[in-house]
Amino acid sequence: MITNRTDRRGDTEKSKKVKTESDPSLDGPRKPDMLTQDHHMFASVLEPAPSFEAGACVVSLEKTGPSRPQRRSTRPRICAKGPTDVTSPSTDSPSDQTQWMLKVRDQRDKAAFSALFDHFAPRLKGMVMRSGASSAQAEDVVQEVMLKVWRKAHLFDPERAQVSAWIYQIARNQQTDHFRKNARPVPEALKTPEPPEPDASHVIGLEQEVQHLKRAMAALSPDQRQMVEQAYMGELSHSEISEATGLPLGTIKSRIRLALEKLRHEMKGARS
Amino acid sequence: MSTNSITHHVSDDVLLAYVSGHLPQPYAVVIASHLSLCDDCRARSEAHAHAGGVVMETGAVSDVSAALKSRLFDELDAVFEQEPEYEANGPYPAPVMAALGGAQPRWKHMGLGTKQAILQHDKAGSVRLLYIPGGMAVPDHGHNGLELTLVLQGAFRDETGRYGVGDLETADGSLEHTPIAEPGEACICLAATDAQLRFLSLVPRLLQPIFQI
Repeated sequence: MITNRTDRRGDTEKSKKVKTESDPSLDGPRKPDMLTQDHHMFASVLEPAPSFEAGACVVSLEKTGPSRPQRRSTRPRICAKGPTDVTSPSTDSPSDQTQWMLKVRDQRDKAAFSALFDHFAPRLKGMVMRSGASSAQAEDVVQEVMLKVWRKAHLFDPERAQVSAWIYQIARNQQTDHFRKNARPVPEALKTPEPPEPDASHVIGLEQEVQHLKRAMAALSPDQRQMVEQAYMGELSHSEISEATGLPLGTIKSRIRLALEKLRHEMKGARS
Repeated sequence: MSTNSITHHVSDDVLLAYVSGHLPQPYAVVIASHLSLCDDCRARSEAHAHAGGVVMETGAVSDVSAALKSRLFDELDAVFEQEPEYEANGPYPAPVMAALGGAQPRWKHMGLGTKQAILQHDKAGSVRLLYIPGGMAVPDHGHNGLELTLVLQGAFRDETGRYGVGDLETADGSLEHTPIAEPGEACICLAATDAQLRFLSLVPRLLQPIFQI
């Protein structure tokens, strides 16, 4: 389903449209099998943040009690998907972006990389410039990020990450590296013993989750949207936000939390 | 190397600050280490990255120059050296090994069998390894700002609970706690602070400049 690669924005619009039309589960009535989807991948993000106070640790410790038997696999999934989670597997296939990224990973396909570049470079540049970088500086960072995407493609796992999330994380690390000149600490890479054969139902399930989030994000008030953008794309630390806006830190934090809370409710609404 | 018995996790605001690149380097070392040990928090961090990806996708775009793309494509076939990928070594998770440059920690004795190895100590704060023999206490101290302590070996207890391997203690400036290593195996922790710690008892305070705690 690779469509017009040269027209970046047109392509985006098209794929959005296709997605909406081809996925009735997003807007249609709640299907019975969705009732089982209690475990939402963003639930942990959108839960109110655990308290900073040390006292909360005591509570969680005592409630937890003796350690539970091990039941998770050593390779964590960003979302635990069963076959029932995928509502319409026949109507969809992994997004263009995912397919491009897999071609880059598995075939070192430069045409696919070009398509990825056309889609992401302007967005990356927008994000870096939002942090206060000049246009030239931002292009340097974009070049570094996209080169990492090319060179680290073997680490891309479509069951764990959408391309946008994977590139976002690389970009935020690279941005810090670029301006602070020290390598950002990253968690140990998870071992993938054999080249992972992506399970399409997992990949599509993840994409659907992100569609939910995208829609929820679109429903934010401009104020909330700004807070979320500041949290994910801003250069300023939380305390610096407080200085910049004159609002106390607690207010900022609770506004971010409110925005995330609203996201969660929006998502619940979208799924009911 | 992941542990399923972790009960003390990273709070959501610290996690978001880490994912978005806002967390100062010393804390980031601790969080990356915790994520290396804790599958739950790794999944939470990846969920945050998805939210970040959506924000980036739907945010402002800025047209790039044609020169950028040609510069980039010129580089694709260049020979390059993969950055070193560190692996866990004994109790030390990969991010700690990276901070150590792949070497073993260079311990400095602090008396009574307690040792520390400073990984970073500058304006951004400090991050260090602490080695506390079983049954021994870390000197009673208060501190300013956020303190993150991750257990890498053994366990300690303080006023707020028990912390075993992989557990992360998040303490703010108001907490005055007395971590005591559990009897038995020595406790090794990774601790990050953003301010000079303030010792409550006199002698350790005198020693503070020497130990740089």
